[in-house]
Amino acid sequence: MQIYLPIADLPVNIFLVLGMGLAVGFISGMFGIGGGFLMTPLLIFIGISPAVAVASVSSHIAASSFTGAINYWRKRALDIPLAMMLLSAGIVGTATGVWLFTELRAVDQLDLMIGLSYVTLLTAVGAVMIYESLRAESRARKGMPATLRRPGSHTWLHGLPFKLRFKRSKIYVSAIPVWAIGFIIGFVGAIMGIGGGFLLVPMLIYFLRVPTVTVIGTSMVLTLVTMASATVMHAATNHLVDAVLALILMVGGVIGAQFGARTGQKMRGERLRLLLGLLVFAVGLRFAYELGVQPDDLYSLRHVGSE
Amino acid sequence: MHRLALTLALVLLACGLKPAAAERLVVSLSNHRVAVTSSFIGEDLVLFGTIEPDAGKPALRSAYDLVVTVTGPRETLRTRRKHRVFGIWVNVDSREFVRVPSYLAVLSNRPVAQIANQDSLRRLQVGLDNILLPQRIGPDIADTVRDDPFRAAFVRLEIQYGLYRESGTAVTFLTPTVFRAAIPMPANVATGNYAIDVKLFADGAMVARTNSALEVIKAGFEQYVADAARDHGLLYGILTSLMALLTGWFGSVVFRRD
Repeated sequence: MQIYLPIADLPVNIFLVLGMGLAVGFISGMFGIGGGFLMTPLLIFIGISPAVAVASVSSHIAASSFTGAINYWRKRALDIPLAMMLLSAGIVGTATGVWLFTELRAVDQLDLMIGLSYVTLLTAVGAVMIYESLRAESRARKGMPATLRRPGSHTWLHGLPFKLRFKRSKIYVSAIPVWAIGFIIGFVGAIMGIGGGFLLVPMLIYFLRVPTVTVIGTSMVLTLVTMASATVMHAATNHLVDAVLALILMVGGVIGAQFGARTGQKMRGERLRLLLGLLVFAVGLRFAYELGVQPDDLYSLRHVGSE
Repeated sequence: MHRLALTLALVLLACGLKPAAAERLVVSLSNHRVAVTSSFIGEDLVLFGTIEPDAGKPALRSAYDLVVTVTGPRETLRTRRKHRVFGIWVNVDSREFVRVPSYLAVLSNRPVAQIANQDSLRRLQVGLDNILLPQRIGPDIADTVRDDPFRAAFVRLEIQYGLYRESGTAVTFLTPTVFRAAIPMPANVATGNYAIDVKLFADGAMVARTNSALEVIKAGFEQYVADAARDHGLLYGILTSLMALLTGWFGSVVFRRD
């Protein structure tokens, strides 16, 4: 059944989009991430312009992260003060990202920027995840503890000023790295149409030593607010959010996430991280291929204005 | 307009090239309004018409050619060309096409190149190669030669999107004087006013001309959403975010397991 999307200005098969929402929702539920890094490329692949895809996916991620956040809130696995701290910087990052998005779109380099960010971020993060999980797996095989987190170990980040204490996460860290992480996630999210969960979770664990109990729930609150504000900002500045597309994606995503979460709970953490790492890396390579190989058509059209 | 077209045809013919015109075109469109609704997947319109002898003029000729040109609302587009820079493909050059038709269909009963000579096709702007597509070149706005790489790429891409087309078989003569033309409107057509220009040729010269129009509008829900997104961006964004929260909350309630 075809449905005409009012902002993307093209008809799509409603079941295809719903299926994409389900599939990405399943993966996001399984790994506890938003799944934007998969959804945006898929939408571009079915013919939706990158700009509309990025803008609309932000509302889809807001929906799926809200579902997740509610679940974690019920389990009291949220660190609200930490989330608020990350957010105050995240909003600034999102606003900067939306501004740069508009500028790049005007000079025809938006597609390039989206492509480059995907390649660098995904291949780097994917490679690190694969490496870490393989190492953890081999340690587990030798009978050593699989965990990489060394409680109490300090890095130079802990020497920075403006220290703050976050009770629920039981950490005492400087506000500077917290703000920096928040800003990066907000910025990257607005440019790439991703929630940044797959980036934020490792950053919180490795840099701030946030314990596993609160890390995913807190990351979801951050994702929720940055993506909801990205939706509002994209709608207000670029007028590119397709509410019909977003709604179909949301419904599929929310359902898929529930089944994904159940599958994910049956798997071991290292195995799950390895799979996610491989997935992230593969998507990164796919973008690298697109940038590096001569395109079939060197020419492309872009709308400048109509009457 | 009829009279003007006829006068124009008469003036052209009065230049001594052909015998005086004796034809009049009468056309009718199957539908003057195309509504883009949520189930819109494109629509085919049909233009019917007859060639009538003008009162008190000699009998009709035996062979006619007909060219129907449908022009959509004007828009400005940029054609970009990628080049390899440090191993990756980047948009380097671009050319702006100013106020060109968003939709352009040149429909005829045989290829336009066989209908008239290149000079008259160029003068009458018949065929995708001959219609003016002004580009911004430095401070000037002008059309280029038809084999200019940007112009050729622009037309090729628009044809790929189904928005530009030139067909030498889209017009069918049911009898020597009754014809029908199929006008395909793909799903990605722009909303706005479309002009239909019908030109009748005989022996390589235009003998009559008439025009018609149609309108593509977004209707119902589609229009409502598109208007809201354009005119009330902030409110629209807030509502979309609220919709996301509602969907997320709904999901957590429906699938609650504790």
